[in-house]
Amino acid sequence: MAALDTNTDGDRTAAMKVSDEVAIKITDMNKWFGQFHVLRDIDLTVFRGERIVICGPSGSGKSTLIRCINALEEHQQGSIVVDGIPLSSDLKNIDKIRSEVGMCFQHFNLFPHLTILENCTLAPIWVRKTPKREAEETAMYFLEKVKIPDQANKYPGQLSGGQQQRVAIARSLCMRPKIMLFDEPTSALDPEMIKEVLDTMIQLAEEGMTMLCVTHEMGFARQVANRVIFMDAGQIVEQNEPEAFFKNPQNERTQLFLSQILGH
Amino acid sequence: MSDAHAHSVAFVRDTEIPAAPPPTRETGAVKWMRENLFSSVANTVMTIIGVLIAWYLLSGLIPWIVNGTWQGDDIRECREILGDSGGACFAVIRERWPQLLYGFQYPDELRWRPTVAFFLLFVAVPPALFAMFLPRWTLALTALYPFVAYWLIWGGSVLSPVFVAMGIAAGYVVFTRVERRGFVPGLLAAVATAVAVWWLGGFVVEAASGVLALEPVESRAMGGFMLNLILGVVCVSLSLPIGIALALGRQSRLPVVKGFCVVFIEFIRGVPLITLLFVANVVLSYFLPPESNFDLIVRVIIMITAFSSAYIAEVIRGGLAALPKGQYEAADSLGLDYPQAMRLIILPQALKISIPGIVNVAVGLFKDTTLVSVISMFDLVGLIRGPILSSTDWVGVYWELWAAACILFFVVCYGISQYSQWLERQLRTDHR
Repeated sequence: MAALDTNTDGDRTAAMKVSDEVAIKITDMNKWFGQFHVLRDIDLTVFRGERIVICGPSGSGKSTLIRCINALEEHQQGSIVVDGIPLSSDLKNIDKIRSEVGMCFQHFNLFPHLTILENCTLAPIWVRKTPKREAEETAMYFLEKVKIPDQANKYPGQLSGGQQQRVAIARSLCMRPKIMLFDEPTSALDPEMIKEVLDTMIQLAEEGMTMLCVTHEMGFARQVANRVIFMDAGQIVEQNEPEAFFKNPQNERTQLFLSQILGH
Repeated sequence: MSDAHAHSVAFVRDTEIPAAPPPTRETGAVKWMRENLFSSVANTVMTIIGVLIAWYLLSGLIPWIVNGTWQGDDIRECREILGDSGGACFAVIRERWPQLLYGFQYPDELRWRPTVAFFLLFVAVPPALFAMFLPRWTLALTALYPFVAYWLIWGGSVLSPVFVAMGIAAGYVVFTRVERRGFVPGLLAAVATAVAVWWLGGFVVEAASGVLALEPVESRAMGGFMLNLILGVVCVSLSLPIGIALALGRQSRLPVVKGFCVVFIEFIRGVPLITLLFVANVVLSYFLPPESNFDLIVRVIIMITAFSSAYIAEVIRGGLAALPKGQYEAADSLGLDYPQAMRLIILPQALKISIPGIVNVAVGLFKDTTLVSVISMFDLVGLIRGPILSSTDWVGVYWELWAAACILFFVVCYGISQYSQWLERQLRTDHR
């Protein structure tokens, strides 16, 4: 993985540097849904501080891949090691990994019966056993960071989609995760709201968060990713640094995919 | 042509049109009647028919109530007073009121005890129903109530309910300590502790049966509306948690748990409640050791609770199924374990969705408590049908008695219904 030192922009902050410490290591991972072979021989090493964008046609297994990383989906073969903890069927390991790995979903999945603040403090209080006051302070810190502290006492149903997604990001950050997974975070949003969410994610990237994003936002990929992975039919077809990936895709399928999504 | 088009499209408003009140003939009662009662020929005909029906009903009902009498000690005196006026003989309700409430076997001089228990209900229930407005400690009153109520209604030494309560409290404390090692060991340890306390308590109660003892009343003596209320309150409050457990169990990945819940729910739902009550009354005693003194009311409570918890389980399963999968995933991805995810995320939402269904079951259950009259327990219905109507004093006074029974049940059920609608409004969290 010599191609990792890909900070093409010289002015990026030092935090965006990638360390050589391994955050996630996936080896020979296979997964089936019933008879359907969704993920085939996945090998992927993610280093701390790395920002990876995963793209590909729908049904190519990209969401399934990142959902395997925090055990929302079970894999049947191969190994996944997250932050040094092997992902097995041991529930303790799974809960431990989940509290270290934040996740944002396409449909936000905020808890509609809790206020924004309660959404953010719930997991720290119950999983990390943080005192309520401290959890609320942390929550307000991150809500300010995603620029919606004034909505803290509203319910998710009263917020716009973009605001909800930013709350979802803040909710994950409140657990102080080491790795963040994004599963098409902007796909369910109106165009004008996509920017506010992407800005939040860019800010997060600049602070050095290890990120895996399934997204079709190619501008985002160009700007913050240091690796773009293209998946098709359950396999990693191509991966490269964004510059090369977009300018000079090698695989036929990648070329076709890029010509389709960048063609208009 | 194109000029005209351009003219009509380009437009900029520079003055605001002030808001004006609607024309006068478009407001008030006349407008309402014209729109709602006489808007068309068909509507007018319906209105006239409706008024006629209402007139027919009220012209019978109002004289019956207005001319009715509360005087007289039996049906003959009542008829003398009424003469030909066609009024109601409400005297039966006045004369038999205590019986309607307490049954005919509950000792007269002890009736204050269930009365106190009834009014304490209004202290004990609000902390549970209006938890969002009352401080948390008030829930202790709710927790304490069953033991106080039992002691008041059944009497006996205060020690028995105290030990039962202590057993449960000790079990709870042990559970909270052991729970971190896992839910199942916690539960087992809690049950073991509770049983141990009850077992020890049994000796103490036997040795000191006179401590703060109220005169004991047998279960057989319970009757009237009191019996309906006891069964209704106990069974509703027991069947809700059991129903939740069954609904979750039915979703379980463990085949044994799932199998048990499915069989229980399907079997109980497939059997008429009356059959279960007959089983409680007769058959159950064959299976129990002969010396065991298993109270009839307890047996009936078990059966009604089993019955309604099966229904509630299915209602809650509907609520669980209505939740998007993303809620489970979000809870999982934050690292919440199963009990936390259920308690904090899934159940609050699923129960909220299930409120109408749960209330439906609760109201139905409360009314079904009248079925105990078929196993010769004298609840409100059994009492009216049996001792009162068959007594020579009040033979044939159907309307008044059944109307009284209807009103008593209606007040409670309508109250439950209103509460549930209020609760639904309270729990709405979208755009308000």
